[in-house]
Amino acid sequence: MAAGDVAGGDAARHVLAVEHVSKVFGGVRALVDVDFDVLEGEVHCLAGENGCGKSTLIKIVSGVHAPEPGAVLRFAGERVEGLTPVTARRLGIQVIWQDLALFPEMTVAENIAFEANLGGRPRWVDYRAMRRTASRVLERLGVALPTGRPLRELGIAQRQVVAIARALVAEARLVFMDEPTASLTQAETRALFEVVHRLKADGIATVFVSHRLAEVLEIAERVTVLRDGRKVGVFPAGELTQNRLAELMTGEAHEAVVRARDLTAAPVVLEVDGLARGGEYEDISFRLHAGEILGVTGLLGAGRTEVAATLFGLTAPDRGGMRLDGRDLRLGSNRDAIRAGIAYVSEDRLSLGLVQPQSISRNVAITVLDRLLGFFGLLDPARERRLVGDWVDRLRIRIGRPEDAVATLSGGNQQRVVLAKWLATEPRLLILDSPTVGVDIGARAGIFQIVRELAAEGLAILMISDEIPELYHNADRILHMRAGRLVGEFQPGEAPIEAIEAAVHA
Amino acid sequence: MPEPHPHGAGRRWLPRSTEGWLVVVILVFGAFLGLATDTFLTFANIFDLLNISAFNAIMAVGLLVVLVAGGIDISFAVAASVVQYLTAVTVMQLGGGNWAIGLLLASAFGFMLGAINASLIYYFRIISIVVTIATFNIFFGLLMFFTRGRSIYDLPDWLLDRIIVFEFETPGGDFAFLTLPVVVMVAVVAATWLFLNRSSLGRQLYAMGDNAEGARRVGINIAAMHFLAYGWLGVCAGIGGLMQAHYVQEVVPNALYGRELDVLAAVVLGGARLGGGRGTILGALLGVTLVTMTQNGLNLMGVSPYAFQMVVGLVILVAITMSNLEGLEAFLRRFARPRRGQTGGKG
Repeated sequence: MAAGDVAGGDAARHVLAVEHVSKVFGGVRALVDVDFDVLEGEVHCLAGENGCGKSTLIKIVSGVHAPEPGAVLRFAGERVEGLTPVTARRLGIQVIWQDLALFPEMTVAENIAFEANLGGRPRWVDYRAMRRTASRVLERLGVALPTGRPLRELGIAQRQVVAIARALVAEARLVFMDEPTASLTQAETRALFEVVHRLKADGIATVFVSHRLAEVLEIAERVTVLRDGRKVGVFPAGELTQNRLAELMTGEAHEAVVRARDLTAAPVVLEVDGLARGGEYEDISFRLHAGEILGVTGLLGAGRTEVAATLFGLTAPDRGGMRLDGRDLRLGSNRDAIRAGIAYVSEDRLSLGLVQPQSISRNVAITVLDRLLGFFGLLDPARERRLVGDWVDRLRIRIGRPEDAVATLSGGNQQRVVLAKWLATEPRLLILDSPTVGVDIGARAGIFQIVRELAAEGLAILMISDEIPELYHNADRILHMRAGRLVGEFQPGEAPIEAIEAAVHA
Repeated sequence: MPEPHPHGAGRRWLPRSTEGWLVVVILVFGAFLGLATDTFLTFANIFDLLNISAFNAIMAVGLLVVLVAGGIDISFAVAASVVQYLTAVTVMQLGGGNWAIGLLLASAFGFMLGAINASLIYYFRIISIVVTIATFNIFFGLLMFFTRGRSIYDLPDWLLDRIIVFEFETPGGDFAFLTLPVVVMVAVVAATWLFLNRSSLGRQLYAMGDNAEGARRVGINIAAMHFLAYGWLGVCAGIGGLMQAHYVQEVVPNALYGRELDVLAAVVLGGARLGGGRGTILGALLGVTLVTMTQNGLNLMGVSPYAFQMVVGLVILVAITMSNLEGLEAFLRRFARPRRGQTGGKG
């Protein structure tokens, strides 16, 4: 009964009910006629792949973006027009973004009770009242935190609690949490869920945004699924399974294709032996074979990106050795790494990997300028055109003209331009850090297909990702890092995906 | 600046904060100067230092407000010169005026100049250092253009008469005295302390400097904060400028040119972080004390004044390097890292 029944029923029991919400960004339809409602004290989950419109929806109901005309927004039964962030907060809507919006230099107490400092009317600050407010709220949440210490001394899980406590001080009726568990261990996630149950007991609704299906199904009562900006439906969590939910989110039968191949017989391209760098990682040893896709996963801060930075010559190891094609690698800088045949597509590629206002053509050619020189050492435009044309075809990049700015392309196509830029250096080893962050689902499949084709041609690929399913369905082996060490190795297919997820989030 | 040391035992006697370090350095340096010269540790000299440094201290707490908010200002010292001129000319037009009118005008002119910086930074989204280097040149250029570089000596009597609030004869027979600027300094410092630490708006400024995006998200009025921070510094610069004119009994257009760096060095030395969110009034005052002592000490020991410029430059470099300990660590690591990849592997 639950879902359909209450949703259509007593409006007063809704903290939030929106209808016909659409949003267009520069011609792209981010949301198309979406309905969404949350009941008092409910734990609701907003599920969907990256780019499905979850964040846009949250931004609309919290007043950051205005919806297209025709939308109806109701809060506790009252229709609200012209919602702003300030009115949304006044209506009890609080959003805890992934970056938390906290103040690291201030004390925990001041962070929690910061509301007392807000507003244009100057007032004297009462630190004792702040500490009292903070302790009261933390007590209500059943959590103990050192309220007098600066926030910067706290870990990410504790900071999350601080952000939730701040929302409570602001008399929240509905708290949105954007990927709150992304960097938490299992124990910390448990503690967070405990806090969510406390909120529920107080009649405060929580909307989780997450793509960890197991968690979604465990904590939520109802799940709203979005796909490509459209609402797929609202489902009672009890009636869903992980597979069913994955199908709803992706829109395709969730075929558990495992493509892992055994490549131990192939020649070793990269050999890493006892690599260590103080404070970052310790005792890292592995081999990567020609044509192999080696996945590396672990929680944020496990040291994955740090190892990649060393392999690319950006940082020097304290101990240990690296060999590429049997030759010792001594990298004084990333220029040495590129010369040795290593390419690195960084996590933050949109700002670090591309010069956004410059043309597609220049972005692709920048790594190989020395090979495009003609008369008198000047750039030969014909060679540049040929090179860029080749890669645009090979990677099936959809572009208007090569002269267009990279900024005009979609996330998926930008990702391909970065790939083209690095593949133009004809590397032996390609390091991909979080290749699908900010790329929508359709484009993801395309990128993985390219990655697999590159591997089939013999390129050795090291792929770092948070998204265990991505690695599971594309990598040949998966390494697990925790706290700077390699703690496990899995063969997709041999180990079930659940086992890997449990190990990583333990 | 030195962070609280992570290794506890054995190092416990070391100061845990920037301010603590400064107190130690000031005491040691003061003792050294006391032994090296026979004039440094005298009441007459110390009171004189207080009178002279009142201007720097007023500017320093004003600049602290801007630094805490995550900005920087290079133009405030020449802005103070502009205010001196505008105020002097205006009160003469008004037929003389008095202290109340003078302070009010200086504050208003100072605020205006600060507001110009704030609007350029906020509305045109230009970073503060670029804006204030530009306004530094504009303010100074306009001032020199309109005054043709001429000083004003013909100032109203109330501004010229030295006001001594405290005086006594030292055992050596000298007179040691404190003047009005010291009193004004105490008032401005107290007001700024209350503003930054005890008022809701001050806390919003800290928040903006700490995490600008976070501040915007919780609904802090970022535009108002810009006007508040640069305006506060403008008022401090205006009042400080008036005090300086009073102390030296003349208005010289390029008298304050270059002071911004001494003050910036002092505030950064006092632990204010370039980038915002961190910095205390006590630290800024201790920074001013140390910079003043350095200048005075070098003077008394007969060292060339150019040496002071060099020391100020060094202080800025060292303070900024230390305030970014991660950067320093990375820097040191470059020298410490093993040259060969294979050696020293785990056995």
